[in-house]
Amino acid sequence: MTLFAFLILFAAVVIGYILNLRAARAIRAGGTKLHSLDGFHGGFSALVTLVPTFFFIILWLMLQGTVIESMIKAGLPDGTLDGLGTGQVQLIMSEIRSIAGGRIFGTPEDWKLEAAERLVSLRSTSSLLLVVLTIALTAGLILLTRKTVRAEFRARQGVERIVLGLMVGCATVAIFVTIGIVGSLVFETYRFFEMVPFTDFLFGTSWEPQIPLREDQIAAKGAFGMLPVFLGTMVIATVAMVIAVPIGLFSAIYLHEFASPKIRAVIKPVLEILAGVPTVVYGFFAILVIAPAIRSFGTDLGLPIAPNTALAAGLVMGIMLVPFISSFADDALAAVPRSLRDGSLALGATQAETISKVLFPAAIPGIVGGILLAVSRAIGETMIVVMAAGLIAKMTINPLDSVTTVTVQIVTLLIGDTAFDSPKTLAAFALGMVLFVMTLIINIFALRIVRKYREIYD
Amino acid sequence: MYDTPASGKTAVTNEVKIAARKVNVFYGDTHAIKDVDVEIEDKTVTAFIGPSGCGKSTFLRCLNRMNDTIDICRVEGLIALDGEDIYAPSIDPVQLRAKVGMVFQKPNPFPKSIYENVAYGPKIHGMARTRAELDEIVERALRRGAIWDEVKDRLQEPGTGLSGGQQQRLCIARAVATEPEVLLMDEPCSALDPIATAQVEELIDELREQYSVVIVTHSMQQAARVSQKTAFFHLGNLVEFGETGQIFTNPHDPRTESYITGRIG
Repeated sequence: MTLFAFLILFAAVVIGYILNLRAARAIRAGGTKLHSLDGFHGGFSALVTLVPTFFFIILWLMLQGTVIESMIKAGLPDGTLDGLGTGQVQLIMSEIRSIAGGRIFGTPEDWKLEAAERLVSLRSTSSLLLVVLTIALTAGLILLTRKTVRAEFRARQGVERIVLGLMVGCATVAIFVTIGIVGSLVFETYRFFEMVPFTDFLFGTSWEPQIPLREDQIAAKGAFGMLPVFLGTMVIATVAMVIAVPIGLFSAIYLHEFASPKIRAVIKPVLEILAGVPTVVYGFFAILVIAPAIRSFGTDLGLPIAPNTALAAGLVMGIMLVPFISSFADDALAAVPRSLRDGSLALGATQAETISKVLFPAAIPGIVGGILLAVSRAIGETMIVVMAAGLIAKMTINPLDSVTTVTVQIVTLLIGDTAFDSPKTLAAFALGMVLFVMTLIINIFALRIVRKYREIYD
Repeated sequence: MYDTPASGKTAVTNEVKIAARKVNVFYGDTHAIKDVDVEIEDKTVTAFIGPSGCGKSTFLRCLNRMNDTIDICRVEGLIALDGEDIYAPSIDPVQLRAKVGMVFQKPNPFPKSIYENVAYGPKIHGMARTRAELDEIVERALRRGAIWDEVKDRLQEPGTGLSGGQQQRLCIARAVATEPEVLLMDEPCSALDPIATAQVEELIDELREQYSVVIVTHSMQQAARVSQKTAFFHLGNLVEFGETGQIFTNPHDPRTESYITGRIG
């Protein structure tokens, strides 16, 4: 029936469009000059019918469940729900729903059967009502807009205003989603800090996210100090950037300035493939190739190296970020106007001097922006670290040690059975908040740098 | 009809600075310059005129090997600076460009301070050993570019913040700071208003005392005003080359006459 309502809407839009188009053409054929083109009169009718009716149907579908449920509740025999908790009420309602759906367990009481019958009939009435109201609404709107077709009616402005409104709506979706995400994060984080002191979390040097199941359990006092986890993230991100920045920048400069078209035709697609490799696959690479290689190399030198190291994860993450940085740097270099390069060469500068003294400084905003976005990605990267870096939170900056990161801990905290009233689970949200704030600061910083040093070329 | 040429009618013959013989330039399959022979004299302003796409800028860019930066461009023939073939393998284009400076159509100051813009060339060529020497070179160049008085109090401000005419004079100052022997100018006034144009033209006339100046221009009035020698290019050919006064008053070739009287172009 819902599908039927949408089909009616679709038909109404087409009918309204054609009616108004014809009417406008008829006026034009009569020799009168119209303000707007015929298509705008048609479009005006189509949009005026489409937008309100569409939202009406959506709203109806969203609200009908709640309304029907409250009607069922009101229709139950007096006193049935008295003194019951929300959980028990929900249980009764879901039982009624499953009876209505034909799934009957045992022998339910008569009043439940009766309620289920009423639910079925209410649902079909609601669908029917929806179709009827849709027909009435679209018909009314078509008639209303049909009357607007006059020579002086500004249909184009009307259409433009409606389309503008739709665009504003789309643009605000991002805002509401952001508010929603931040809101949920803030709410859960707040609950976490009700159980664990803020300073313990922020400055604690021990991360053992467990909680005693019994009062007298031994050695299970949890510790929620985020510093070791934070430090692990920083170590891995630093290793990754140390790898990614020089390789990315130099490959971009080489490709952009020195490489012959043939070489570029090979390397560019390979870099793009690198950018398209899923991070899980990078994780395999880290465990199967890099980590053993580092370990055997360490053994040769007589260094004890953990099987899971920050170095392995950081190296592979660095490789993952190379195409990211090189493509940003490439774009930034390409955006420097050719006239600057020519100006420098014409002064007798070598290509190297031109790159290092003119092109590179001019491209710095774009390059720094790219690097900082890469840092954000390194901090937020999860899969490679889960696979290659380990799970133990250690207060160390030794890249040859096993460390863990914020994202890894969020994953481990939320895996398996979770209770959303224990600090163990809620700690994930607090860590998420830390991550969010960190990347937000970096992004703001990146945008400011880009804006401050952006040179305006014409 | 035109302003009287600055001093074209009574030109003294100077020694030849750049000699081009049978120069052909190809862009891929396009034959852009066909068998051009020209002699550019020292301490003289030589103007290249001609309709759009006639190859005058392309030829200009051959004189300091700027066409090297375009992959598909191929230059044949002989271009000699002071008798030395500039396309010989022994010549380093980087050193050549230090001797043959260039000013472009659109002002292209670097996104650096005014001071750094001018100091860029002297720095990379190691022309100054101390900061004081560099200061002096910068001041001299800015004075020669006739912009010193306007910028002397704001040398550390970005060069891109100047007006269009000031930017172009800054670029001229930047080009003369490396003490070139020849200055190539590719339509240096096309992006400027009449007042800035007049300033730049005056500057070109002053620069003639020390340099050999080659200027590409779309404006025949400008060619007549600033140059002593004029070369008329058409469809990649050098149609006529001679004293500016003669070219504008008594052209030998009918195509030149058609162009300067506005019938082709």
